[in-house]
Amino acid sequence: MQVYLPIAETSVNAFTLLGVGGGVGLLSGMFGVGGGFLITPLLFFIGVPPAVAVATGVNQVVASSISGVLAHLKRKTVDLRMGMVLLAGGLIGSVIGIWFFNLMQRLGQIDLIVQLSYVIFLGVIGALMFQESLRALLRARDPNARRRKLHVHIWIHNLPLKMKFRASGLYISVFPPLLVGVGVGILAAVMGVGGGFILVPAMIYLLGMPTKVVIGTSLFQVTFVAAFTTMAHAITNQSVDVMLAIFLILGGVIGAQLGTRLGLRLRAEQLRILLAVLVLAVSGKIAFDLLWTPSELYSISIPGRF
Amino acid sequence: MRVLLVILLLVTLPARAEEVIAGLSQNRVSLTVNFEGSEILIYGAVRRDGPLPEGSELGVIVAVEGPPMPAIIWRKARRAGIWVNTESQVVRAAPSFYAVASTAPLHQILSPDADLTHRISTRLAIFEARSAPDARDPAAFTEALIRIREDEGLYQSRDGAVDLQRDTLFSTRITLPKNIVEGRYAARIFLLRDGDVIDEYETVIDVQKAVLERWLFNLAYQQPALYGLLALALAVFFGWGASAVFRLIRS
Repeated sequence: MQVYLPIAETSVNAFTLLGVGGGVGLLSGMFGVGGGFLITPLLFFIGVPPAVAVATGVNQVVASSISGVLAHLKRKTVDLRMGMVLLAGGLIGSVIGIWFFNLMQRLGQIDLIVQLSYVIFLGVIGALMFQESLRALLRARDPNARRRKLHVHIWIHNLPLKMKFRASGLYISVFPPLLVGVGVGILAAVMGVGGGFILVPAMIYLLGMPTKVVIGTSLFQVTFVAAFTTMAHAITNQSVDVMLAIFLILGGVIGAQLGTRLGLRLRAEQLRILLAVLVLAVSGKIAFDLLWTPSELYSISIPGRF
Repeated sequence: MRVLLVILLLVTLPARAEEVIAGLSQNRVSLTVNFEGSEILIYGAVRRDGPLPEGSELGVIVAVEGPPMPAIIWRKARRAGIWVNTESQVVRAAPSFYAVASTAPLHQILSPDADLTHRISTRLAIFEARSAPDARDPAAFTEALIRIREDEGLYQSRDGAVDLQRDTLFSTRITLPKNIVEGRYAARIFLLRDGDVIDEYETVIDVQKAVLERWLFNLAYQQPALYGLLALALAVFFGWGASAVFRLIRS
């Protein structure tokens, strides 16, 4: 069955869309990742224009993180103050990202920029995940292995404008969280991701936040930044495709529910390696497309359309 | 000289007495949710007052043209190892869809002059902008436009696809692919003799998005803020709603 996408102005197979949403939802349920970083490139592969894929991907992030953030708010595992600072940074970053996105679209380079950022980020994240899961596998075999120290004070925490973050038990400058927020906001706008894959490690290693509030706080920031970015894309370049989003969301929600249950039964360390390999494969495929001599050197763009 | 003119008139007069009448199997196409493309049958007849003129062959050309739009054609080149869009060429207006079907190869039945006045062949349906002075090889860009759209099924030139029976009845099928845009599609039917157009008939195919798709598209472009809020509301509704449903099922 084909679905006509009113904004992308093309038809795609409904089951392919549900499959993409469901598959990524399955992974996100199993590993607790948002999955936006997989949805957007998969949409490129099935022929959705990159600009539409990015804007719709970020809309899908809202759907996949909303119930999580509500649950965390209820359990009071959100550092609201930290969340607000990260969010403020995120909104600034999103504005910068949207401006950059629209500029690149006018210059005809947006496809390249989106693809390049995916190659770099997926490549780095995949490699880190691969290394981390290998280490976790080894650690699981050796119970006497040293644990890493989590909270280290470094110079950036001592910048001016210090602020008390009670829920996280931190007294640090607002600049590090603000800058982390800006970075994540830019990624959300340009890549159509939530940015949790950057935010969570940054909160743990850079800001030194305790793990019990990390997930809730990052979901809080991601949800609102994604919502803002969706609005910004809809208003500035009309590239959010509601029809596409609905299919991705439906597939994603079902996949995530199955994934959560599957994740409880399976061995996480080995699966994590598989996820790392998958992320590396997607990065490799996009890199290959950029490096390999294309069969068609020309492409057409229609001003004001995708 | 005068005698020659009279003979010429006598030869050409019966030809002018031929008229084309045509119809379409449908003149509305609706781009619904499950639109997978559509096939339109274009048929018609040649009406003539006198006897069938002899000595020249009758030709029929059917051209269907989607709404013209400006386009930018990009050419990639290798920069620092990766393929990047480097050069571009603007086309003032190119039909978003163009299908031309004929009883015989175009160059056999259509003279270059007639092609120029009626803009029938694909190449002439595209209006290039006055090319930038620094552009290398501007024709290559237009050729690429045609090639890419032919691959997507948006441009079709099908010699011999018009079936002409006893010099009177003709019919052809035009395939509209799934990736067409909405708008008014002009269907032109030309009757030719000796390379010249002797009669022309024009009708319109209305291609429209179906109600919901049209509403969404218009909302996105005319009320983008409202559209954005709708997108968010749907995301919240489905994201939160679906997990609430799953919680209910589990408990």
